[in-house]
Amino acid sequence: MIDLISELLSYHFIVRAVIVGVLVSLCSALLGVSLVLKRYSMIGDGLSHIGFGALAIAAALNLAPLAVAVPVVVGAAFLLLRMSESRRVSGDAAIALASTSAVAIGVIVISLSSGMGNDVYNYMFGSILAMSRGDVILSVTLSIAVLALFVLSYNKIFAVTFDETFARATGVHTKRYNMLISVLAAITVVLGMRMMGALLISSLIIFPALTSMRVCRTFRGVVICSAIVSVICFLIGIVISYAAALPTGASVVAVNLVVFALFSAVGALLHRA
Amino acid sequence: MIPLITCENVALSYDNKIIAENLNFIINEGDYLCIVGENGSGKSTLMRALLGLKAPSEGTITYGEGLKQTEIGYLPQQTAVQRDFPASVFEVVLSGCLSQRGAKPFYSSDEKKLALENMERLKISDLKKQCYRNLSGGQQQRVLLSRALCATRKMLLLDEPVTGLDPVVSSELYCIVKDINKQFGITIVMISHDIHSAADHADHILHLGGDDVFFGTTEEYKNSEIGKAYLGGHHHD
Ligand SMILES: Nc1ncnc2c1ncn2[C@@H]1O[C@H](COP(=O)(O)OP(=O)(O)OP(=O)(O)O)[C@@H](O)[C@H]1O
Ligand SMILES: [Mg+2]
Repeated sequence: MIDLISELLSYHFIVRAVIVGVLVSLCSALLGVSLVLKRYSMIGDGLSHIGFGALAIAAALNLAPLAVAVPVVVGAAFLLLRMSESRRVSGDAAIALASTSAVAIGVIVISLSSGMGNDVYNYMFGSILAMSRGDVILSVTLSIAVLALFVLSYNKIFAVTFDETFARATGVHTKRYNMLISVLAAITVVLGMRMMGALLISSLIIFPALTSMRVCRTFRGVVICSAIVSVICFLIGIVISYAAALPTGASVVAVNLVVFALFSAVGALLHRA
Repeated sequence: MIPLITCENVALSYDNKIIAENLNFIINEGDYLCIVGENGSGKSTLMRALLGLKAPSEGTITYGEGLKQTEIGYLPQQTAVQRDFPASVFEVVLSGCLSQRGAKPFYSSDEKKLALENMERLKISDLKKQCYRNLSGGQQQRVLLSRALCATRKMLLLDEPVTGLDPVVSSELYCIVKDINKQFGITIVMISHDIHSAADHADHILHLGGDDVFFGTTEEYKNSEIGKAYLGGHHHD
């Protein structure tokens, strides 16, 4: 095991992937608690598909992928939030429309520019090789910003998540914090997407929150537990993916699934006791 | 007398359907106003309008100088918290202190003390670490009341606060509310179906109900047609 890990860490690209992956797992787990409880988990899913479209276009135009995808997805987050707040359009239908359209556009752009092949596969399911040095620096900076903002607005995020009406009635700028949550989620999704894949990144948001809600009874407990679970699942996932030559994203999701099952069992036992 | 809230010709409606109209009243600092009326007469809607959560379709609601939204405590009629929301009682009560925090990110020890005091007032200190969603309806109501008290600086709006409370806690609640009204000069607006307790404690009554809207002091209400009809029939003990 020790040998395996030290072998792993001798590859620069894996070290990069681990650094970015741990930070993204942390960010997505923290934001995930609020997104899941606010019934916004679909937004995370929608954003990752829109991110896929944006990455495809950036690649076709030979632009820096993150520099294109981050603003596009943050813009999309604003729109999706607006949609789910307005009662006219049904939110989940709108998100489904936007995300499938973005995937369609992305696939068309890729097949026009380079032909379908490895690229699409990598975007969809992620690739550990995707991170360049510049990407790593940008990812680390952004994820630290996400973490800092989350910690600083933790109490507000709790209030807005628990009871938005009360928060608004007593003068908390709930719109601002809803925006903050979805912008942070958008950045996280883009950062994690190329490693985890567009199809799998949203599970990084949803799984840790659901897993810790099986066992923890307080908001703070759920937040802390999600963060730990998420990072550990990521690390186990990446080791397994290396050892068994499996795609990283899928391995991480599989580990999350197993841990979710474990926590569910523990939760059921605790309830009975 | 400093007017905190002035309503002029206010009408409230949902989707062009008018719920209540011709509402004219003033809430002064230190008042204890009770809003009564049948189910569906628009009491909760009016309270939401007073809180700025809903815009009146006609007329104006003006706030007196020095009343900031962050100084208002509020107990909603229903809090649609999801069944599986993980939150401890203390976390919920403490979130009432949030509005005065401004940009400061973390709670101070004074605020934690305030939250504990308000839990003590409503006798839920022993529930501190419990999960909010596993409490009984009446216990949840007390938690939300403690939260509202934490947010209260100048004004407290309560939408049917005694619903689900046992008689002992109900009458204690009326005392607590009366107390913070008299002792700290906090303005109270309470919606209640318990008209007799309302008449006992409040100094002003607003009666909603279709075309006849009544607003006046409790004495005036007791002598008015609508008040007699509403209060009468039952014997006051
Ligand atoms: N979100 C809404 N959309 C449309 N109509 C609404 C909405 N909320 C309330 N109404 C309508 O407005 C009217 C007044 O509702 P409101 O909740 O203010 O009554 P209330 O006086 O508080 O009644 P209760 O004593 O039962 O609490 C009702 O007829 C209700 O159907
Ligand atoms: Mg009501």
